[in-house]
Parts: sequence; C-alpha cells; structure tokens
Amino acid sequence: MKTAVKKTIEKYGSDKYRLMDILIDIQSEFGYISREAIALIAEDLGMSEVDVEQTVSFYHFFSQKPTGKYCIYLNNSAVANMMGRAAVAATFEKELGIKFGEVTPDGLVGLFETSCIGMNDQEPAAIINNHIFTRLTPFRVKEIVRDIKEGKDVSEMLVADYGDGENRSDLIRSVVSNNIRKIGPVLDRDFKAGQAIEKIIKMKPEEVIEEVKKSNIRGRGGAGFPTGLKWEFCRNAPGERKYIFCNADEGEPGTFKDRVILTERPRLLFEGMVIAGYAVGATEGIVYIRYEYKYLQNYLENILQKAREANYLGKNILGKKGFNFDIRIQFGAGAYVCGEESALIESAEGKRGEPRDRPPFPVEKGYHDMPTVVNNVETLCSVVKVILKGGEWYKSFGTHESTGTKVLSISGDCKFPGVYEVEWGFSVNDILDMVGAEKDDVQAVQVGGPSGAIIAPNEFTRILGYEDLATGGSLIIIGKNRDILNDIVLNFTEFFIEESCGSCSTCRIVPTLMRNKLIKILNARGVKQDLADLQEWGKILKASRCGLGQTAANPILSSLKNFPHLYEEKIQKNKTYDSGFDLNAVVKESAKATGRVPII
Amino acid sequence: MSKPIIATASLAGCFGCHMSILDIDDRLLELIELVEFNKSPIDDIKKFTKKCDIGLIEGGCCNSENVHVLKEFRENCKILISVGECAIMGGLPAIRNGIPLRECFEEAYLNGPTVVGNEEKIIPNDPELPMILDKVFPCHEIVKIDYFLPGCPPRADLIWDALVALLNGDEMKLPYEVVKFD
Repeated sequence: MKTAVKKTIEKYGSDKYRLMDILIDIQSEFGYISREAIALIAEDLGMSEVDVEQTVSFYHFFSQKPTGKYCIYLNNSAVANMMGRAAVAATFEKELGIKFGEVTPDGLVGLFETSCIGMNDQEPAAIINNHIFTRLTPFRVKEIVRDIKEGKDVSEMLVADYGDGENRSDLIRSVVSNNIRKIGPVLDRDFKAGQAIEKIIKMKPEEVIEEVKKSNIRGRGGAGFPTGLKWEFCRNAPGERKYIFCNADEGEPGTFKDRVILTERPRLLFEGMVIAGYAVGATEGIVYIRYEYKYLQNYLENILQKAREANYLGKNILGKKGFNFDIRIQFGAGAYVCGEESALIESAEGKRGEPRDRPPFPVEKGYHDMPTVVNNVETLCSVVKVILKGGEWYKSFGTHESTGTKVLSISGDCKFPGVYEVEWGFSVNDILDMVGAEKDDVQAVQVGGPSGAIIAPNEFTRILGYEDLATGGSLIIIGKNRDILNDIVLNFTEFFIEESCGSCSTCRIVPTLMRNKLIKILNARGVKQDLADLQEWGKILKASRCGLGQTAANPILSSLKNFPHLYEEKIQKNKTYDSGFDLNAVVKESAKATGRVPII
Repeated sequence: MSKPIIATASLAGCFGCHMSILDIDDRLLELIELVEFNKSPIDDIKKFTKKCDIGLIEGGCCNSENVHVLKEFRENCKILISVGECAIMGGLPAIRNGIPLRECFEEAYLNGPTVVGNEEKIIPNDPELPMILDKVFPCHEIVKIDYFLPGCPPRADLIWDALVALLNGDEMKLPYEVVKFD
C-alpha cells in the first residue's frame, strides 16, 4: 500500500492543494482511506494528520472504513422515491442480506445512501464503482446482485442498451440518457470549436467584456449576478495570477442540465472558459465537477487533449502572442455545499468545503487568494454565443430583466422529463403543457429545487425569470397522489441536514429542530403553535453564512405559506401544547448510572 | 396601570444572556422605570412573590431542577421567552447529546485526566443533587414557549428592542443582521 500511496502523491507533484485528487485516487484504489494512508499523506505533504483527516471526513464519497469491492450508492432524492425507490432499496437489502450503511461480511459489497446524483429524469438511480445505473427496478437489482456475486466487472454489467448521444461513445459507454427535449439558441449545434476564439483574439479583452455586458446575461447558477460585471471586477482586481472556475457541481436536487451539457456540448463550455480567461487575463481554468459525474472523466480529458492539439488551449493560443490558457478538471467528492462558490474554491484547494466569509469575494481573493471568476456551466456556454452573434442578438431573447434562454431540468410527474432550453418569460403553465403534465393531476411544482419554493396551482401563471420566479433551472412536478409533507418537504429538509457543513450553529441545528417538529406534526401530535414556531425558527436561519443555511428552511416555509391546509388538517385542535416530554423517562439512565432512586 | 413584572432565570446556560441583558447599559435605568423585577438573579429574589407578565429563560434543561424551575416559570408568567442559543436549541451543553450519559459520567468522575481522589469510583449520587437528564432539552420541548430571541448571546439591542416591542404591544422586528452567533 505504501508504494501505491507514495506514487499517487507523486502523480500530483506532492502538492497539498491537490489533496482532493490524491484522496479520490486512493479511495477508488483501496475502497477506503486508512489511518496509515492518512499518516503517509500528511508526512509527504508536510501537513498534520488531522488536517488530512478533516478533509477526508468532510466528503460523502471518502470513507475511513472499507466500503466493499463493489460500492453501491443508491440515490434517496424525493423524485427517486416518487419513481419507486422503496422497492429497489428493499430488494438490494434482501438480495445482499445487509442494511444501508453496511458492508457484507466478506467485504464484497457495500450499500449506502446518497443525495441526488443528477439523474432525476431517470430515477431510481445508483452509482456502483463510478458507473451510473438508471431506471432501476427490483428485477434489475436482482440481475445486478447476481452479476456482482459472479464477480463481473461493473463495466461488463451494463447489459441493457446504452443511453443516447455521446453516452454511447467509447469513452463514456453509459446507460444514462440525455433526454434533450427542446434545443434553443445556446445549445443548438450551430457552433464549431475554435470559432469564438478566432473572433476574440482580434478584439481587446475590454471589448469582450463590453459585449458580454451588452447582452445583460446573468449567472445561471441561480443567484443571477451579471456576468460581464463579474468579469470586469476580476479583470480590475490586482493579482499576479487570475483563475477561471467553471462550477459544474450541480448538487441542487432536481438539476441535471449541466450533466447533459458536459456530455453533449463540452467544447462549447471549454471555449466559454477560454473567452473568460482572455477577458479577465487569467491563465488557468478549472472545471469543478461533482463526483457523481466521474464517469465522464475520460471523455472530457480526451476533448481537452484534442483542444490542446488544436491550440485552442495552451501557449500563444491560435498564434496570439501571450494568450496562454489551459484547463484542468477538478472532481469533488460528494458535498452539496461545494456548489457555493467560495466553498468550491476551498474544496479545489484540497480543504473542507466550507464557505468563506464574504467579502472579500472570489473576484478579489479566490483560488490561492488570487482574483477568481466562478461561472456556471450554462453561463459559460451562453457567453460563446454572445461573442459569436452579439449581445444585441442575445438580448432579443427572454425578458427585459432576464435576457436570453434558460436550460431547465424537468422531472417528476410528467410524460417527458428531461432538459429543455426555453426563453426566460415562460409561465409555469406553459412549461406544464410543454412537458406533458396533466394539469388536473398536478398538485404542486417545486421551482428551483429544495432551496427554491413549492408553489400551488393558483400561482402557475407566474413567470420564470429573475423578476418573478428565479430558478437555477430545476422544476419538479408533483402529482395529486403525492403526500407533499412526507414525500417532498421532509425529504428536502433531511437533505439540508445531511448536507450542512456544520460551520454555523444555525444551519447545523435549526433544520434538525424543524425536521423534528415536522415529524411531530406528521405523527398527528402537532399543535397550532408548532406552525408559528416553524415560521419563527425559519427566520433565524437567515443568520447563516451561505446560501445553504439561509435556504434550508425553504421547504417548510414555502409549503407552510402555499399549502397551509396540509399542516392545519394534521394538528390537534383541542390542545395548545403537547411535547410528549416525560421527566420520569428521561432520568432513568441517570438513576441507573448512579444507583439512585429517582426523586423528581 | 401597574408596571409589568419581569422574571428571569438561567438554566443550563453560561449566564452570557444575562450579561447581555445588563449590556443594555444606561437603558437599565429606563427599564427599571418601566418594569418591576421579580424572581431573577438580577435582584436576587429567589422565589416568586407574585404572578409575572414576562419570563425570560436562558439555557436549556440538563437536570431535573432545570425542569422544575422552567415549569414554575410557566405557571407564574403570562409570557415566556426563550433567550439565546441554549434555551432555543440546547446550545453547548447539548453537545453531550450524542454521547451516552453513562460515558459522560465516567469521563467526568472516573476516567477523565483531571479526576483525582475518587478512589471509591463514585458517580455523585447524593439525594440532594438534581437528577441529570439523559439529554439536554431546549425549553420548548418541556413547556410552551411564546417567543424566541436568537443569538449567542442575543445582542443587548435585540433584547431591548424585543422588550420595548412587547411592552408597547408592537410586532417584534427581527432583521437577520441583528442575529449574531459569536
């Protein structure tokens, strides 16, 4: 083991900022990261063991205990449950004879839960040794377990047909489907690699920024910061090096459009990064991709290599003297909070993905404390079209406040889940028509994932855009037969509890208290005041440092606001207080330990 | 109209929230013009001598005495307010909630590095001592709590604004900028 670990460390130049890559390699080679491995890494990188360990313990896909030769992560998102996850999970447990969180006694298989893996349009889905398995059924699970017991390699197990488009290509060979249902001006195929680079090298960087500003494009991750302005801040910030980050960590449950863009339009994305690099004067670009999409690694690396060969990346790009820019891929290791830009940067530096205090913002002090632009995948793709066709052209799509198009990830109870590129300004009703949802059968739509809002049919006339319903692109359609509080709200609240980095006491604790209260209400033990308490406590979360904490109460708060009857019909009408607290019961342990008779 | 009466208590807390009450500085003079204090560490009145209007609770409940005091406050105060992290969420004392109580006892009284002279290996068991609860509870899980003032500690201005709003019958404003957990 020692030599293997040393070799991995050398592969990454004994650079402690590449700790994530080192740990990812060791985890995938040995199935876990042992104490000895941690000690070796610490010694070689000149770090303390606890510094290494705190990174290891932070990420979902790192384990300090063996996870089995076959390591199964079954997604537990709300939509997975809607699509029949319970039966799939039960079959895994029965066939393997273990519960979730356990490894078979022979060390062959580990069975674990994981948060949304970006496959909401093809649930239930699981990751087994970095391979994705979609549309699982109890029957399929039995086949998989049989193959495992026969010792087949996971890549040999993909017996069903491969997915569509590039998913079939030799370097991916995955059953994942793109499900592209509607293509707009950003995602259309009207683009050849290098086209936009040829154009910008004849422009000044300031002119590139000016064109982007003219388009009024705003960040597509959800927060909607004007992209041109961000670039300008970064260009003007002092710093000897500058960085371009592409945020491909899409962890918001229900979002999967970046996965499809990475699969089908990676050249467009990389070209967008080159443009950003030219505009702000950066020399290095980093695509931070969530671990769940690791199955795309070889494919993407190959495209980057081709781009280098064509001199779209590298030194003196397309003969422009001094225009140097290269891109590397950084994988995460399973942490929703790393989608927050400063946490993403921390993670790319090999640390725990805890958001930084802001200001300073990344455009002033980001990666390695240098000015850094962090843009969403879709933003960078859109920028290429802005450069090719002009800011004015781009502005002709969408609304005044929200220019251009938005790529939506649509899942849940509808006929055609998948990816749709639409102009901003569509109403929720338009979307429901488009995706084949039976309107009489739609109870609610979750807009923008768990951190967004759940809305009722009387709001379906609202418009998608920064001026009304802002969204990172996720829409989950919830049919009449779903129990919103139990299937959606509870699931989302537990998601936030699981994904909190634990830094702020508000986010670490309040969602758990709110979850407990929700369970109390679901168990018909709630009283009227519990509803008021939930609203009060939700406000406290605003004191958290990052968006995760600040929005962690949204599932409960927005359902309380838009579906109050669901709560009211469950609470006790004849009681004003009921906590079930029993002093006799809670002193038993202490009486036993001290040998006392409880006098209370 | 007679002055509203306030009572306060620190349960499983660090008295930091009480210090924060004192931190309203010279407005204390204004406060004692406006209200009367009853049972409270501030005036050292140990027992309720009359029914109160407002009870301020710092800290959660870690032992049976905390529970009794809290219930007594509920009986004697018209409005009960959880003040600060520990009262609302359990706070620092609740860190032990993930550890079995026996292990906590053993670390504190038998095996810990600072334990000296406990040759008989006794976990304190005098009948006079309150019983330790198996977990630390936030106050609202034991009695009905009417309002929550978040923070660690809630800043003096926040406490002042809340009391003034309550005395005037106004709605309490709680912009998130004033909520601090230091």
